[in-house]
Amino acid sequence: MRIRIRTTALVAGASSLLLLTGCGAADMTKQASPFANAQGARTVTLSVQSWVGAQANVAVAQYLLEKELGYRVDTVQIDEVPAWDALSQGRVDALLEDWGHPEEEQRYVKDKKTIVNGGDLGVTGHIGWYVPTYFAKEHPDVTDWKNLNKYAEQMRTAESGGKGQLMDGSPSYVTNDKALVENLDLDYQVVFAGSEAAQITQIKQFAKEQKPFLTYWYEPQWLFKKVPMTEVKLPAYKEGCDADPEKVACAYPHTPLQKYLNADFAKDGGEAAALLKNFKWTTEDQNEVSLMIAEQKMAPEEAAKKWVDSHESTWKAWLS
Amino acid sequence: MATITATAPRTVPGVLKHRAAHKLLLLAVVAAVLVPLADARWASGTWPDALTVDLTDPLTRTSDWIIDNRDSHPLFLYFFGHISNAVVLCVRAVYLLLLAAGWAGVTAAASLIAWRVAGLRLAAGTGVAFLACGFLGMWIPTMQTLALMVVAVLASVVVGALLGLAAGLSDRMDRMLRPVLDTMQVLPAFAYLLPVVLVFGIGVPAAVLATVVYAAPPMARLTALGLRGADKEVLEAVESLGATARQRLLTARIPLARKELLLGLNQTIMMALSMAVIASVIGAGGLGDRVYQALASVDVGAALAAGIPIVLLAVVLDRVTGAAGEALGDEPQPNGRAPWVFALVAAVAVAVAGRLVGRLDWPETWALNIAEPVNRAVDWMTDHLYSGVPVIGGTADWAAHFTTWVLDPLRDGLQWLPWWSVLLIVAALAWTIGTWRTALTAVLAMAAIGVLGVWNPSLDTLSQVLAAVAVTLVLGFATGIAAARSDRFERLLRPVLDVFQTMPQFVYLIPVVALFGVGRAPAVAAAVVYALPAVVRITTQGLRQVDPAALESARSLGATPAQQLRQVQLPLARRALLLAVNQGVVLVLAVVIIGGLVGGGALGYDVVFGLAQGDLATGLVAGAAIVCLGLMLDRVTQPTERRTKKGA
Repeated sequence: MRIRIRTTALVAGASSLLLLTGCGAADMTKQASPFANAQGARTVTLSVQSWVGAQANVAVAQYLLEKELGYRVDTVQIDEVPAWDALSQGRVDALLEDWGHPEEEQRYVKDKKTIVNGGDLGVTGHIGWYVPTYFAKEHPDVTDWKNLNKYAEQMRTAESGGKGQLMDGSPSYVTNDKALVENLDLDYQVVFAGSEAAQITQIKQFAKEQKPFLTYWYEPQWLFKKVPMTEVKLPAYKEGCDADPEKVACAYPHTPLQKYLNADFAKDGGEAAALLKNFKWTTEDQNEVSLMIAEQKMAPEEAAKKWVDSHESTWKAWLS
Repeated sequence: MATITATAPRTVPGVLKHRAAHKLLLLAVVAAVLVPLADARWASGTWPDALTVDLTDPLTRTSDWIIDNRDSHPLFLYFFGHISNAVVLCVRAVYLLLLAAGWAGVTAAASLIAWRVAGLRLAAGTGVAFLACGFLGMWIPTMQTLALMVVAVLASVVVGALLGLAAGLSDRMDRMLRPVLDTMQVLPAFAYLLPVVLVFGIGVPAAVLATVVYAAPPMARLTALGLRGADKEVLEAVESLGATARQRLLTARIPLARKELLLGLNQTIMMALSMAVIASVIGAGGLGDRVYQALASVDVGAALAAGIPIVLLAVVLDRVTGAAGEALGDEPQPNGRAPWVFALVAAVAVAVAGRLVGRLDWPETWALNIAEPVNRAVDWMTDHLYSGVPVIGGTADWAAHFTTWVLDPLRDGLQWLPWWSVLLIVAALAWTIGTWRTALTAVLAMAAIGVLGVWNPSLDTLSQVLAAVAVTLVLGFATGIAAARSDRFERLLRPVLDVFQTMPQFVYLIPVVALFGVGRAPAVAAAVVYALPAVVRITTQGLRQVDPAALESARSLGATPAQQLRQVQLPLARRALLLAVNQGVVLVLAVVIIGGLVGGGALGYDVVFGLAQGDLATGLVAGAAIVCLGLMLDRVTQPTERRTKKGA
């Protein structure tokens, strides 16, 4: 019955529109956000992912687009996978930090050609399992996955039941952890904190009490400066060993993070598209901005301003 | 927000107790036959695998097909594409109009409208509310939300009024629509998001359509109610004058139903706002998106800066439409047109003045940065109240204790129960207070959850709901009883309840994250706060409606206040209390599901996960399970009267 109501709504809307536009085809994959380009302002819509690194990219890009090039920038919080879809439909113009989604790349970049690669971000990302360094120093053998079961007892929490806790963060991140735990026969339970912020809160809490923990984490990440962590060695990564998500039994790769742009935007986006294509910075740069946002609780805008003021040579090159 | 139709208290005859015993006996007999069979065929414990249907493959294929064909298939090109375009076009038009009016124009127009329909005080309030949105640095997001709302509300009103007209005029339509609309009102907003995303992808069109589906039912219900409730004698008089059916409708029935129509509009607006905010999860943009972004980084200050405008909008919209409804009863004033013309001219003048001065955008220097001080306060709280407070412990400690001592045992207990016993309990509860029909619906809904293969997460969600409902009822009944006994307390309480009842569900997540961190406990806390006002209100009303004669006679027999309460008031207010339980359960479920955003896990998390990973199969299955759970909880707590009551 809900369908009936929706259909009624749809029929009413569609018929009124048909009257207006005649019976032409309407391509819903070519629709910008209704809030874009208002009042003749040139607008760029950037997608923001929930982790701080992505916020740092967007903050700096937004600052430069607004202050140097005079654009109006809309940001939309979308996770990576839906961002691909939105990018393809033109609802956002750019995704500045992608951690590798081969399936989507095949579909949108190679087959449909609605998205183009915008080049390297300049940062290399790596996902892995980490234990706090204070614990790794006491028990050096914990850094090999084969010994993890020995420590399962110590990693137990209220949420993980009788097993050790492997803490994962946001549901939107790239992860094979459930399959890994199963395929490597580990006595661990994957517990999702629900968001990266929640995960960071937990990690800090553990660190304050010097408790052991095992967590999904990634580089580059500003938190390493606050809570030093050591990676646990998983079976080495080989090309294609993560092809079947059910049977993964190897570590995560080192991924040069990529930017992606909507194909039309890349062609017609003028200065903004050029800037976003040229946007390339280092891990240190990103961490600097991230740390300001996350740890010093600066507004992303202020953090971007501070970085931009002190790194003129870097970003001047992007503007050409 | 949800409608509360308080039923007149009726005395409970002893026969009912007998009947309940009969029903339970019959159920026990049925169980004695079926359970050993089920136990022998499929093992006890959690829901047997043999009875689940894996929908992942077909759903994934559907979603892939849609993505691959969205730009080529005629269905999308000639149908969904136009709808999507129409929505984008409308929202954009409204948004551009709002921007063109500038902040001064919008504020002036809003205040003048409020002045015309609701008087000076509300006009001032409206102006202040809009200015506050600007000062918080939220002008543009507020306008985006407003644009989305205007389109969604207009569409909801049209759709709702048409459906309501159909149900109001035809008995057959009414019989078909009523149960559906009743059910739609008890479902959590989150469940509506996924089907539209499947078709329209993430973005504004999906958000607007989800909002329409969510906000149209109250309009339809109240329209039908208004048309059916029209005074029979007036209608007969009109008929005897020889009016045609259409004349009767236009000159008698619709004008007579004005009050219900406006109440419908009010509820539609409130529900649309609530949904427009939640729809930020599927890319609605605007204020909700700011809250969502801030919650993702546990930035309470920023979340509050976006949350306050939402609350202000909600209060203003509610008061103004509410006042419009009340004013309708009065005689229309003479020369009613002139002030409207004046208001229009004044608004346009302000807008043009703003344009000439070149002050269309909210000036950047006029900003009140509340994020920083709030975050500092939250940090202080986390440092000092969070844990290790002497004697009482910190809020995080309470949350941890609540999780370990209440939520964990409850969840483990539910999951440990053999699946058939869960079905039996549901049947027994639903049947004792309802009819065999409600019981059957409840059991089937619960079984559907098992078939969908999400038995365990659903029971996890259920455990959170039960814990939250228990806390809500204890607090709500206590407050309600206190309010019923003391007029002063009730007067103090009323404005607080008013504000709390108009706030969108999303806003409640902000303070609980600050206080309790992340996890299941904060989700439960938000649910309690959200459901409490309705429960308090219904309890107070129910107790106050108790026949004064009965109370007086009890008093004259020398009963103490406690005895009066226990032996006269509470039994006589049984109906109202049951209704309070029902409302409490429905409202709690809605928020526990949203709790998936702050680490509540279970079904809400699955929906968020589905949206985040583009894995619609997971999300849709979870969404369906939420629908079933909502249906089951409503039926289990639904007193018979609500169902058998006709027309009302």
